[in-house]
Amino acid sequence: MLSDQVQEKINRELKKYPADQKQSAVMSALRFVQEEKGWISSDDMCDVAAYLGMPQMAVYEVATFYHMYNLKPMGKHTLTICTNLSCTLCGALDTVKYIESKLGIGIGEVTPDGKFGLREAECMGACIDAPLLAVSNNRLCGRMTPEKIDQLLAELDKS
Amino acid sequence: MINVEIDGKHVEIEAGRSVIEAAQRAGIYIPHFCYHKKLSIAASCRMCLVQVEKVPKPVPACATTVSEGMKVFTASEMAVKAQQGVMEFLLVNHPLDCPVCDQGGECQLQDIAVGYGTGASRYREEKRVVLHKNIGPLVSTEEMSRCINCTRCVRFCQEIAGQMEMGQAFRGEHAEIMSFVGKTVDSELSGNIIDLCPVGALTSRPFRYSARSWELSQRKSVSPHDGLGTNLSVHTKDNRVMRVLPVENEDINECWLSDKERFSYEGLNSAERLTKPMIKQEGKWNEVEWPVALEYVANAVSQVANCAGNSEVGALATPHSTLEELYLLQKLARGLGSNNVDFRLRQSDFSADGKQAGAPWLGMAVADLSKADRLLIAGSFLRKDHPLLAQRIRQAARKGAQVNIVHSVDDDLLMKVANKAVVAPDAMANMLAQILKALAAEKKMAADVSLKEIEAGSTAVAIARSLAGGERVAVLLGNFAQQHPQAAQLQLLAQNIAALCGGKSGFLGEAANSVGGYLANAAPGAGGMNAAAMLAAPRKAYILLHAEPELDCANSQQALSAMYAADLVVALSAYKHHAVDYANVLLPVAPFTETSGTFVSTEGRVQSFKGAVKPLGEARPAWKVLRVLGNLLNVAGFDYDSSEAVRDEALGGKDVLSCLNNTLQGEAIRITPASTGGLQRVAEVPIYSADAIARRAPALQKTRDAATPVAAMHAAELKKIGVSPGEKVKVSQGENTVLMVAAADSGLPAGVARVAAGHAVTAGLGAMFGNVTVERA
Repeated sequence: MLSDQVQEKINRELKKYPADQKQSAVMSALRFVQEEKGWISSDDMCDVAAYLGMPQMAVYEVATFYHMYNLKPMGKHTLTICTNLSCTLCGALDTVKYIESKLGIGIGEVTPDGKFGLREAECMGACIDAPLLAVSNNRLCGRMTPEKIDQLLAELDKS
Repeated sequence: MINVEIDGKHVEIEAGRSVIEAAQRAGIYIPHFCYHKKLSIAASCRMCLVQVEKVPKPVPACATTVSEGMKVFTASEMAVKAQQGVMEFLLVNHPLDCPVCDQGGECQLQDIAVGYGTGASRYREEKRVVLHKNIGPLVSTEEMSRCINCTRCVRFCQEIAGQMEMGQAFRGEHAEIMSFVGKTVDSELSGNIIDLCPVGALTSRPFRYSARSWELSQRKSVSPHDGLGTNLSVHTKDNRVMRVLPVENEDINECWLSDKERFSYEGLNSAERLTKPMIKQEGKWNEVEWPVALEYVANAVSQVANCAGNSEVGALATPHSTLEELYLLQKLARGLGSNNVDFRLRQSDFSADGKQAGAPWLGMAVADLSKADRLLIAGSFLRKDHPLLAQRIRQAARKGAQVNIVHSVDDDLLMKVANKAVVAPDAMANMLAQILKALAAEKKMAADVSLKEIEAGSTAVAIARSLAGGERVAVLLGNFAQQHPQAAQLQLLAQNIAALCGGKSGFLGEAANSVGGYLANAAPGAGGMNAAAMLAAPRKAYILLHAEPELDCANSQQALSAMYAADLVVALSAYKHHAVDYANVLLPVAPFTETSGTFVSTEGRVQSFKGAVKPLGEARPAWKVLRVLGNLLNVAGFDYDSSEAVRDEALGGKDVLSCLNNTLQGEAIRITPASTGGLQRVAEVPIYSADAIARRAPALQKTRDAATPVAAMHAAELKKIGVSPGEKVKVSQGENTVLMVAAADSGLPAGVARVAAGHAVTAGLGAMFGNVTVERA
């Protein structure tokens, strides 16, 4: 079952679309679930499908198409590193390596304490600040150097 | 009309058509994978790229509409280069495993790679691997790495089967065709995705690795299951049916097959097949030679007829028997002086007999269903009883036809339903009467006097409005309505409703020969006993043709006790079934693939077919067995030398269409009050239990549709008896009791228990209609 809060948020979203096209709200609905739980399980997808009156498979297609949806628990803070061309030319692979050694996990993994998850992503559209890193899909950090990473991790560790 | 030129050939075609259709009309083949004439356009495979004059780059022929004066080149340098490039890309991730691939030899990818690809690949890197998933017992996804992501299967499930059970998950290089996590594909049409798959990614699970396509002989045949008369291609090897594929017939099955028609062939090779005539002597079954068995039957039958009276002999056949078999069976019974012969085993109301103006049928051509703009379907488990007719109606609904339903269950038809009235079985006639009355009001005509007391509710009015607004109205009665204890009244009401809106009414034929049985005169007629009467007042001798009484008859326990009480039961059957307990003689007869015969479909189409393989063991075509029995019993006119001769005599040179008529004469609308309470049984015949062959097809029996029947009731009804879903319950009907598992179904009306028939679990019960009691076990 979707929580009352999530249902309320989806209802607000549904007002933007015609009544017979409820499935237009699927991306927002999945985002609300992820904001609440940190990831989207297949049970959650079934709930979203039932709530919006759409096939489960159609929800699954959307959830697997976009990288920003976590299909498994990805820690309290998910660090997403761009490894596309611009970022890689500016040292993204070193950033990945540094964070991996710092956290002791690889791409797609979560620290044992469940605090940090690490994943790579396609271009985030802000190459001027390469190499880029996003925290939990909503905070973009640019020009990542080892010092800035240390700072960021220390800050997140406290929160 | 628009004029286009393709490779120098001039074509005239309607506006809005695509280049690929224009090319087809000109007889020019454009290679393609994702394009399919029955599905929406995806333009995802890019194989159909062609050059169009004044367009700077190649365009996909499937997604480009024709325009006046368009010049298309399918084999120009630009087109060929594009096709070769696409082919190379498609093969980048495609494994080179043709020698072990089931699709090998009938693979579009193979053919097009040879025709339009280059000889070798430049790709040296690793190919991607897609893991297999379990999507059910019918379709294998064991080698999903072969998939080229054309999405034909996805579009089929969405558009034709009506439910998006498959989809394309992930993206880019990681895109995978799959069903939702851990879900199986449960559509009753799922097997068609095997045919649609242009590569070997989706293959038939039962057929897997059992033969190569070029080793198979193909024989045309006709489906023995529902009344549609689907055209089949039976593929055989070493005198064994290996698989069944559709034969395209736009007027009947289009290019589809239901899973029952596709996979029930497994039942033909069942270990339960009867391969030698058997006689029971002193309680023990002995295998005997044919002459001994036939001599025994002739003596025993004539002894009953002579000593106990002719009318003590009853003949029961399933409507899945061929026209020839039904004709000879009735001729034999009548030759013995008995009019007790019937093929309508699940029917319970025979009051229409003698009042029918002709054989009851669909009332229109199957193809007309696609053109109907308003439909009323009463008493039909449409998707399960008539999977392909349901598909046709689904397409009509997609094009805007309004579908109205009157039924006792609220199963999802996977199509847009305009109005539905879900009522208990005994309220069904009343609901149709309400619709009739509302329709008369809508049309400003006087309603029948018998409808004076009827007051049309809001649903009835909505349905009447919908029907009144139509130009091509079809009123259809399903299996449930035909088996209903008030079937004649339902027929009359449907007839009146259709007449009021200038439409047609008809029956969705339950079985392959539901119409043919009437043409073969296999109904009792005056002075004879119908199927129900023969079992209610047990006869001394029964001749069973393909019938398994406890599963095929309207009242299973009554049928079974009549069999046990009889002095003589002769079972002509392809299988060893329950008859081993009560029969005296078992005669092995051939199923449809091993005999020639004829089915007359629900639209009155007479379709004859030849045997695809030789009969198994010592089984013989039933028409030959009946012919010899006729000779042994000295019945005149049994000297046929071919099944065609039997058919020609049965049809008597008549125009079949002129013999079909749904009009009831001399029957008045009688409104009976609804029942006084109690729990009414709603019995569907599960899709894979409906006939002897499907019952014995292992793969079909593993599907969800073949799950053990449960006793379903509305949650409120369950609460009343203090049972929660999943608990064991005792379902009783009169003295008969069976144990079942309770289930809640919010779509059921109050006062109704849904307890399937035709299944071993519920064979211990009585009539398909009537009251049952359900209590905690």
